[in-house]
Amino acid sequence: MSSVKTKRDVLGTSSLRPDGGAKVKGDFAFTSDLHAENMLWGATLRSPHPHARIVSIDTTAAWKIAGVECIVTADDVPGQLTYGLISSDQPVFAKDVVRYMGEPIAAVAADHPETCRRALAAITVVYEVLPVLFDPELAIGDDFEPIHPDGNLIRQQRIVHGDTSVVGDVIVEGHYVIGMQDQAFLGTESALALPDADGQGVEVFVATQWLHEDQKQMAACLNLPTERVRLVLGGVGGAFGAREDISLQVHTALLALRTSRPVKMQYGREESFFGHVHRHPATVWMRHHATNEGKIVKIEARFVFDGGAYASTSAAVLINGVTHTQGPYKCPVAVVDGYAVRTNNPPCGAMRGFGVVQACFAHEGQMDKLAAAVGTDPVSIRLMNAMETGDLLITGQPVESVAPVARLIRETNEIPLPPDLAIDANELDLPGGSGITAERKHIRRGIGWGVSIKNIMYSEGFDDYSTARCTLSDGKVVLKFATSEVGQGFVTLAPQIARSVLGVTDAVCDTIDTQIGSAGSTSASRQTWMSGGAVDGACRLVRERLFELVGAQQNIEPIRFAIEDDEIVDTAGTFRMSVIEASQGITISETFEHHHRKTEELDENGQGNCHVAFAFVAHRAVVDVDPELGLVKVVQIATAQDVGQVLNPLSVLGQIEGGIAQGLGLAVMEEIIVQEGRVRNPSFTDYLLPTALDAPVVVARMIEEYEPQAPLGAKGVGEPPCISVTPAIVAAIRDAIGKDIDRCPVRPQDICL
Amino acid sequence: MPVLIAHTISEATEILAENPDATILNGGTDLMVEVNFNHRHPSSVLLLRNVPQLREWSIDSSQQTITIGAGVPYAAMETGAIAAAVPALAQAARTVGSPQIRAAGTMGGNLGTCSPAGDTLPVLSALEATIHLSSQDGERTVPFGEFMVGPKKNSRLQHEIITAVTLPVTGNRQGYSKVGVRNAMVISVASACFAIVDDTPRLAMGSVGPTILRAVKAEKFLAEATKDLDNISDEIAREFGEIASTEARPIDDHRSTAQYRAHAIKVLASRLAVRGTAS
Repeated sequence: MSSVKTKRDVLGTSSLRPDGGAKVKGDFAFTSDLHAENMLWGATLRSPHPHARIVSIDTTAAWKIAGVECIVTADDVPGQLTYGLISSDQPVFAKDVVRYMGEPIAAVAADHPETCRRALAAITVVYEVLPVLFDPELAIGDDFEPIHPDGNLIRQQRIVHGDTSVVGDVIVEGHYVIGMQDQAFLGTESALALPDADGQGVEVFVATQWLHEDQKQMAACLNLPTERVRLVLGGVGGAFGAREDISLQVHTALLALRTSRPVKMQYGREESFFGHVHRHPATVWMRHHATNEGKIVKIEARFVFDGGAYASTSAAVLINGVTHTQGPYKCPVAVVDGYAVRTNNPPCGAMRGFGVVQACFAHEGQMDKLAAAVGTDPVSIRLMNAMETGDLLITGQPVESVAPVARLIRETNEIPLPPDLAIDANELDLPGGSGITAERKHIRRGIGWGVSIKNIMYSEGFDDYSTARCTLSDGKVVLKFATSEVGQGFVTLAPQIARSVLGVTDAVCDTIDTQIGSAGSTSASRQTWMSGGAVDGACRLVRERLFELVGAQQNIEPIRFAIEDDEIVDTAGTFRMSVIEASQGITISETFEHHHRKTEELDENGQGNCHVAFAFVAHRAVVDVDPELGLVKVVQIATAQDVGQVLNPLSVLGQIEGGIAQGLGLAVMEEIIVQEGRVRNPSFTDYLLPTALDAPVVVARMIEEYEPQAPLGAKGVGEPPCISVTPAIVAAIRDAIGKDIDRCPVRPQDICL
Repeated sequence: MPVLIAHTISEATEILAENPDATILNGGTDLMVEVNFNHRHPSSVLLLRNVPQLREWSIDSSQQTITIGAGVPYAAMETGAIAAAVPALAQAARTVGSPQIRAAGTMGGNLGTCSPAGDTLPVLSALEATIHLSSQDGERTVPFGEFMVGPKKNSRLQHEIITAVTLPVTGNRQGYSKVGVRNAMVISVASACFAIVDDTPRLAMGSVGPTILRAVKAEKFLAEATKDLDNISDEIAREFGEIASTEARPIDDHRSTAQYRAHAIKVLASRLAVRGTAS
């Protein structure tokens, strides 16, 4: 009955990013653009060796360089000498031993980046090179001396579920290899630290995914009370998991405290490859047992995740991997062994998909093998086994989330295939692109499928709550939260929520900093659910207070009020008043903490309700392959994604397209090449990201089935797009060339030699 | 660090004579990367970008040649008259970097850097281009085969600048291919240029040796195997590729393997041998 009078960017609209215009025009201040008066520059000395004992560090010559104001090493760390997200095992500066190439040893502050460079060159470090542990398999047993006091095995988890004596009519087996992918955000690590006048505290502008976790770890290392380490989110140029760990935070703050001057640090592209964790390279073995029809009866698997030199989030990545062994399919029995190990390779941690990418690459390869073994097709085998709400995972956890797996597969399958490659196709559209390596006749087309399940929010008993404050005054709303905006669009979504709940038009976000409770990390596809829930909760509390105030004035029971468009209306009478008018001259402010339901740790058999909720997606890839040269062009990705509710269609499409590009990268080109602990390609010249010519046409369907557990009915949409697109593309390559490929990224020689 | 700006070729050679250590800068797409990586710290720089003569090109129809100034950017070679005169050069130019790089980077830079992965160099090798050099001592020309002497090594003398390149306008079949792991903006893993010059086949190979390599045995095989170079059988093309592949001297590195590079040369050579024919 209501007619919408005003056009407001409420939930469900493609509200535009408040920072979008500035970003497009180049006006947006990323952290690297920040500047302070009297500022010094900081820089880091890093180990050239993957494993070596530090015999001595001599900074004498560096101190003599004009313009050098400070040099710090492990001896200068005032508090805890190590940090880490799960276990505090990573030194702020290496002291006695370096465990990976690029490990920080010292930091300098000077008047100019060039002075810093000279100072670093003038520091003499004597190393005694040690044997390099680069084979993850050697890290599992006692075959290699522990390279760290915590040992070489970071975590082991076994899953035993159901009657393991079951044997299938049909058995398929595969060994899969997943390469080391980099998050490759465009805005490299950067921070600006401003010391307090009394020298007892510091304010740090930093590009991060989780302000409060950084704050906690920094305070411990700096030996300062938490409240004296104040963090403000600097403009963030992408994250994808790489900003979950500390990088330059402690170094920058320490230099600022030591010099009593503002200090800025900023990594270049090459340094960035050494400055953050990467996606875990992994080897996965899987053996699927099925009935003659193709129904899965048991899965056996073994995972080895190479965590590199320090633990970071390896333990959680491992759990994500092993608990997603079955994929989005019913599976009554499983025996899984998983290992996350420590090596002298680059440290690995969070990246979009977080362990599930590795599991999915393997289980989807298996589904195609199973289809072939029972004589059916990739779509039928997946539909036959599709998980539904209520099914048990191999951890014994029931899937209570909406689980429209069969629908996702069907809807993806309904998306029209792209037209055949034209006889006179533009040469740029062929595999090889601008290199003009092929003609139409050399090309074969293939189709492949990938479907995935991804847990959202943190797992294993972790209470990753989020906090938000809503302040309504004179018809305007200000939202305060510590939710890191890394490009995902929470600064767009939060005001949309306020407009929907409170009927206002004018809703803005306050500075994102640590002057309010934690929001948890911008990761695990969790912020729409968690911080969205916090903003929604805070706005609802304000609405209650507003209804009480107006009810008292008008002598109407507050329970009778509702917000209709931009008005408060009496649902049992005729009273109406605009929210703007009702809130004139008053200020209502409420804070809300949103917690997700409790989860459990896994027991020794990997049983337990360890995850909060799940999101699903299906991908179908069409690729053109030049089988003789091994070159690939991904033509089209069709996808249907389980999103719960679409809160901002444009934002969701952005996540889908971006995730697909990142998954395509892992499928055919993105890999950090590490040889005996040494990174061989730390640059965008040799670490290849997809260009416009590599990007496929994306045809996306957003499948809306309201998620009752989610505060706004919406599931996180960030990670799923990049998970199953990788196996879909690799399956399409296999289909095109009729050859088994068991690794990603697929290299030309894997196809043609 | 002084930046010395020349406005004419003679001014440039004069500056270079006085500042023999000066690093020569034109488009900067190689040099600035090296400076950014701290691989090079020039003591002084000679900027050639403001020398209009270097950005000129001309076709000599009596000699059937084209002379392209060293300052002509790749973008200018991709389409238009240069592309019509030397189609393989246009194809090679299109594979260089991004549009921004192609707008700035120059032929002179490709020759100055002289990387085995230099994208236009196989074209210059196959077409047996002549490189023009200028100094206070005068001008001289060097055939490409004598110009590139090693990886990132050429026979330009310290006081010389590269002014231009002369290529034959053959009116005959020629083509260029480059393999990279991405469909654009990628460093060559292997590249090849095939051209028919004076009724003889030529094949030059990039990224598979310390310099651009000519596949002389394959060229000889093809010249003897058929009289009609516009009608090469698949079998002959295949054998041509196989011979060329044996003449490649590739290495393993982080970009690819020697085995794949040799294989890619085989495929590129056999495809180029028949590209643009009716077969």
